[in-house]
Amino acid sequence: MSLLYLPAEFHLHTVLSACAEIEMIPPLIIRQAQRLGIQWLAVTDHNSAENARAVMEAGARAGIAVLPGMEVQTREEVHLLCLFEALEPALAWQEQVYQHLPDLPNREETFGSQLVVDAEGTFLRFQERLLQTSTSLSVEQVVTMVEALGGLVIPAHVDRPAFSLLANLGIIPPGLNIPAVEITPRLTPAQALERFPQLAGRTLITNGDAHRLSEMRGRTLFRVAAPTLAELRRALAGVDGRKVWVT
Amino acid sequence: MKIREITGLPDITTLVPPQTPDQEISGGYASDLLSCVMARAGAGNIWVTLQTHPNVVAVASLLDLAGVIITECADIAKIDAATIEKARTENVALFATPLTTFTIVARLARAGVPGIDEG
Repeated sequence: MSLLYLPAEFHLHTVLSACAEIEMIPPLIIRQAQRLGIQWLAVTDHNSAENARAVMEAGARAGIAVLPGMEVQTREEVHLLCLFEALEPALAWQEQVYQHLPDLPNREETFGSQLVVDAEGTFLRFQERLLQTSTSLSVEQVVTMVEALGGLVIPAHVDRPAFSLLANLGIIPPGLNIPAVEITPRLTPAQALERFPQLAGRTLITNGDAHRLSEMRGRTLFRVAAPTLAELRRALAGVDGRKVWVT
Repeated sequence: MKIREITGLPDITTLVPPQTPDQEISGGYASDLLSCVMARAGAGNIWVTLQTHPNVVAVASLLDLAGVIITECADIAKIDAATIEKARTENVALFATPLTTFTIVARLARAGVPGIDEG
């Protein structure tokens, strides 16, 4: 079987995330991915997956694979990327997350708007509830629940001083089922290992955590048979000839 | 202030009693970022936090803290059972209170516990 080399960006916010720029709509995200040669994306809005379908549709038209996902905030204020094979489990996960989010209205004047759009980027509706806050779920609960839906969890930007597994919990909890750890583009994997010796032996990936188009990076390169979650697992585990590099 | 005196403070529940009750508390530290605690707190300190993750015990044990007070905890049943179990096995004194971190720190200060950055 011939393997593909796919530059990827797995931490991407759309206009559903209040902190994202208004340019973060499906057609512009896909156009930017094409410009940068990114061939594999994941949509990871804060505590919601309501724009995943739109980006997946826009990606499908351009031949760019898009995994539905979410950046969930645990009760410890740790940010975790949750990636799924298909929309259905991602939306099932969203339902569970919504049940564990405080039922508060979004304050647009403070946080910004949360927009649900279609594949063309056309406005459909506002998401009125506050998304950008902690769920009542622990890190361990999120990992267990996402795994039960066939998804996988990658702790986000662990080198950041807040909202990070290492900053907030100090130590990666023993036995936590995570196939990889995300670092920011601000440091190389070698620098990350030097600063955080406990990352030794972990698979590292880098994403732009893009809130605007210019923050998309595509610096993580995968060698996989196809852009599927099963193949992603193999690449993160480094088995069957599948592999991942931070470039 | 000795660690056993924490038990006598109002509104504080002892989840795991101290192994060395007569140990003098060397200072106080309050933060909910465990990485900051690891970087700054030291042996014999009392740590005040609202985090309840089992890693709280791991960090307290690593640093040989005198104990940990978990704040804003009106319902002790909401603390992860693994956290309390780990505190028992690692001999980390663990307390809980419905009061806020601010209030607890103020009470500790009035009882004579210094901050880690003061004499």
